[in-house]
Parts: sequence; structure tokens; C-alpha cells
Amino acid sequence: MTAIASQPNMQADPAGRGLAVRCRAITKNYGAGQSVVRALRGIDLDVYLGELLMLVGPSGCGKTTLISVIAGVLDRDGGECTVFGKDFSAMNSRERTRFRGQTIGFVFQSFNLIPTLTIAENVSVPLLLNGVHRRAALAKAKEMLDTVGLGARVNDTPNRLSGGQQQRVAIARALVHDPKLIVCDEPTSALDHETGHKIVELLKGVAMGGNRSLVVVTHDNRIFDFADRIAHMDDGQVDKIVGSAKELYGPNMNASHAGEKA
Amino acid sequence: MYLLALKMLFNDKAKFFGIVMGVTLASLVITQQGSIFVGLMARTFGVITDMNYPDIWVMDPKVQFIDDTKPLTDTKLFEVRGVPGVASAVPLYKGMIRARMDNGLFQNCNLYGLDDSTLIGGPGEMVEGNLADLRMADSVIVDLEGATDKLARKGKNPGDPKIPLKIGDTLELNDHRAVVVGIARGSRTFQSQPNVFTTYSRAVTFAPKERKLLSFVLVKAEPGEDLETLRSRITERTGLAAYTANQFKLLTVNYFLKYTGIPINFGIAVSLGFIIGTLITGFMFYSFTIDNLKYLGTLKAMGTGDSTLMGMILLQALSVGCIGFGIGAGAATVFGMSMGGTQLAFWITWQILVVSGGAVLIICMLAATLSVRKVVALEPAVVFKG
Repeated sequence: MTAIASQPNMQADPAGRGLAVRCRAITKNYGAGQSVVRALRGIDLDVYLGELLMLVGPSGCGKTTLISVIAGVLDRDGGECTVFGKDFSAMNSRERTRFRGQTIGFVFQSFNLIPTLTIAENVSVPLLLNGVHRRAALAKAKEMLDTVGLGARVNDTPNRLSGGQQQRVAIARALVHDPKLIVCDEPTSALDHETGHKIVELLKGVAMGGNRSLVVVTHDNRIFDFADRIAHMDDGQVDKIVGSAKELYGPNMNASHAGEKA
Repeated sequence: MYLLALKMLFNDKAKFFGIVMGVTLASLVITQQGSIFVGLMARTFGVITDMNYPDIWVMDPKVQFIDDTKPLTDTKLFEVRGVPGVASAVPLYKGMIRARMDNGLFQNCNLYGLDDSTLIGGPGEMVEGNLADLRMADSVIVDLEGATDKLARKGKNPGDPKIPLKIGDTLELNDHRAVVVGIARGSRTFQSQPNVFTTYSRAVTFAPKERKLLSFVLVKAEPGEDLETLRSRITERTGLAAYTANQFKLLTVNYFLKYTGIPINFGIAVSLGFIIGTLITGFMFYSFTIDNLKYLGTLKAMGTGDSTLMGMILLQALSVGCIGFGIGAGAATVFGMSMGGTQLAFWITWQILVVSGGAVLIICMLAATLSVRKVVALEPAVVFKG
């Protein structure tokens, strides 16, 4: 696993926290010529160690593109982006893949659990990718499933679980190899309100700590309260970074901004 | 990860069975048709295989295959015997003769006339009687297939089973009386005609009258004699063609390959098996990969390298290949065993299994290549698109 404390180029925020992600003037275009779409138009964003940052904004504003660039699964066109001081563009494909596998945990909107494997096997995948022996990986996966409350279901396949339970498995999979950065793409959009709330509660409770950072892309303004900071995006740019939903939308946020949902 | 790759494959039962079915079909058709083809080709030289005595077969240079006899004058036998390096040389008559059945119908038979003194060239395995009984008057030995089927007598009532020939029964061969003194087991011939063995001197009296009747001279070489050298020497001294048994088999097979439509017909069947197997397997395997693309993309995002993903896909392809090949080749073998004793020519050899296995390997590699291309080109960012 990456030793964060030893990374060069680490900067601290005014509160003294180290920097997990540093983005400067990031641009990303899709297509070319007349049909070019400017998905990111010079994004500046920092994510600090130990914080939960939510990326919010209307559909098509570039949230998913930004999180893809941060996670190193999409190449940017311009600007700088470092994750724990490492720049993906300076790595070759093999180094980038290894760095992702060691450093980043993923939680997806539609869970992306492999339906033909048991949930324990699903959770063990990041460990196997990091060279952990199969038996040890399964044991660790079962421990992590215990932590998210699914210790009794380790041999079930994902299709026997509810949506909320599947997202718990996805969270266990994202955390099992102890990554320092978790990226979550709409983790509650496939869940009802109550389950979504519980999932983010679990995510924050289990994932935070040890200076781990979370970047959560979401439309769901009902979970904004869990964020340490909220970065609002519009038209490929971060137009506001605030400390709470109320700062972003004012006191009537639930009523006035439900329309931002996809 | 490779174990998980296998679980992903095996637990998707519908796709798994579909892919295995495609491979099995290809393997079954290629192995079965290949074995029938080889069986048929082996029948063309069955007589050469059964007569394991001669080191060299001597014949007219124009002979193209075993049944294409071009008679020699009897003096050629003595010329061959005079070639240095020849330990012994005996005559063999081979020709067609008509047997008259007790119902008045005729049955064509292969008639073999063996050297009167040594009886060299006789059937390898006697089921009943003794080869030496050919020295009795009018005696013949009939092969088991002929005795139980084409030369067998009709039952007393319509629908009754045929009554096989037995020792002591008589046959009418080209207006000559012949007495069965033995039943022998031998290879089936290409045309599945009964084989009838007798002495050379009796065969030439049974046979239709011709000026020349000697079909082949069977040569045994002196110990230590180089067969290639002896072959050349016989040809040089006598003007006749001389082949080792294997060369004569090859000559015979080549004739059938060149002048009959058999290889084309079997080639088409084998090609169809290969093409259909490739299409089914390729489509099902590609479909399996497409179904799993989201998960492969997830694995890619989570840190699985392209080489690992390629290895997983190749392992999946090879696994279904091995299973499908095993089932297909096994089914073809069971088919061949169940058809034993029938007219069907079926000879499964290790070479056929190698060819069939190679074809299955190619099918799997083609199927895997399509999938690998898709996975390598897959952008891991696709997993964030819901």
C-alpha cells in the first residue's frame, strides 16, 4: 500500500491537513471539431486527507468526468492532477493500474458486483489484485463483510441481496484493501431515501478515519449533510466550494433544488 | 484472479453450456468424420495390412492401387527369384470372381490364390479350420464377414435370419465347385466384397481364362538387406515396380485421394463442423464477454492489468475448449465403438485427435481474440457511466 506520509509534494490546507488530491486547470473535451463537448473547463480542486468531499451539480456538468480523471481511469487533456503527489500522466499503463489498485477504492452507482461470484469473492478481488493469497483474501473479505453487517451472507451471490445490501458489499469491496482514497459515483441513486441515508452513514462511519479521503459524486441533496465540504459544478467548472448544503442552497434547499436530480 | 475467471464462466450456466456445445459439435464432427475417412482409406489397403509376410510387393509398373491388378507372365516370378538379395519370392493371384448363390443370384468376391507350397499370403487369423486344409481338393477359405453376410444362405422361411457358411458347405465359383474348409478373420475391403482364399494353382482354374494370371510377386528379403536398395535392384533387373508394404499402401491411398471424391466430401463435412463450431463458439463466447464487459471494466478500474484480463479470457476459452474437446472426442469414440461390427468404416487414431484438438484450439483462440480485443480497448471510465 502507498505510504501517504512519505509522499513528496504534499501540501496542507489552512487547517493543517495534508493534501490527497490536487487538481489545477484541468480540461477535458469529448469529440472534435464542431461537435466538441468541453466537459471540464479548467477545474481547480483540492481534496484533503480525512475529508469527505461531495461533488454536486446538474446532470452533464462534468462531475463524472472529473471523478474519472481523479481516479485515473480517464486521461485529461490539460492541467495538472496529482493523487497523493503522484501524477497519473507521468506513469505508464502498468504503473497507473497498480497505483489505482493499491490506492483507490471504488463505489459505483449500480454496485457493479460480479453476479456469478459470491459476495465474499467479490470483496476479495482488490486483495487478489494486490497479491494477497486467495485464502487470506477471503478471510479478510469476510471480516470486512462483518463490518458492514453482512457476515452471515458471505456465500450468497449478489442477486440474492437487496439494493442496499449490494451497496454495502460494494463499500466492503472498496475498503478491504485499505485504500487512502475512495471515489463514489452516485452511491445512493439506486436506493430509496432511507437506505441511501443508511449507506452514506455506513460509508462515513466505516471509511473515514486513518486520514482516508472520500470523493462522492451525488445528485442526492438529502445526503449533503454528511459532507465536510461540497463542491458545486456547473458547465464543466467548479463554481462554488462550501462547507454545508445550507451555504450552497440556502435554508429551503430540499424544495428548491430537487430539480437538480437527474 | 484466474480461479475467479473460471467461476465467472462456470456459474453462467446458459452461456457456459452454449460455448461448450459449440466446441463439442466441432470436435465431434471433426473427430467422427475424420475417423470414418481414415477407416475408409484403411479399407483400401486392408489386404496389404493383413498380408504381413512380404517385405516387398512386385507388380506391373502400371498398377495404381491394390485392386488395379495388371497380370504378369509366370516367368516374372523366376526373374524376381533370381535377383540378388531376394530370400524367397512367391506368387499371388488377386482377382474378382462370381459366386453363384443358392437363390440363383451372383455375388462378386475377391479371390486370392496363395503359393501352393508355402500358402504365404493367407489370412492372418483363422476362426475355424486350418490354413493347411487348402491343400484338400476344391478347398477355399472364406472371410468371416462374407461367410456371415453376403455369402450366407437364406433362411428356410422368408424373414428368417441368414445361415452363415460353415466348414463343409460348398460354393459355386465361376462354374467350379468349391468346398469351404475354413473361416478367417480379415480386414474389410473398400468395396466390402467377401474374400475367398485358395491355392494359386486352383485360383487360376477358378478364374476367367486369361493369357497372364500372376498378379503380384511377394518377396522376402535376405536378412540385413536394405529394402530400398533391393527395391531398386528388382526394378532394374525385371522392369517391374517394387514397393514396400507401406509404399504400396501409400500408392493405393493416393489413388483414392486423387481419383475419387471421397476427400472432398469428407473435407466439406469437416470444414462445416469447423465453421459452425467456430461461429457458435465465437458468438457465444463473445456474447459472454459482452455480458461481462461492465464487470471487466470494473476490474480494470480497480487495478486489473490488461495482461491479467487477457489471461483470464484465454483461460476461460481454453477451459471450454478442453471440456468441449473431451466431450466431442469422447462422443465420437463411443459412436465408433457402438458401430463396431457394422459396415461403417471407423478408425480413430491419435493423429485425428491431434488434428481435432488443434482445430478446437484454433476455434478457442479465434473466439478469445475477439473478446480480448474488446476488453483491451475498453476504457475503465465506462464503469462510471451507470
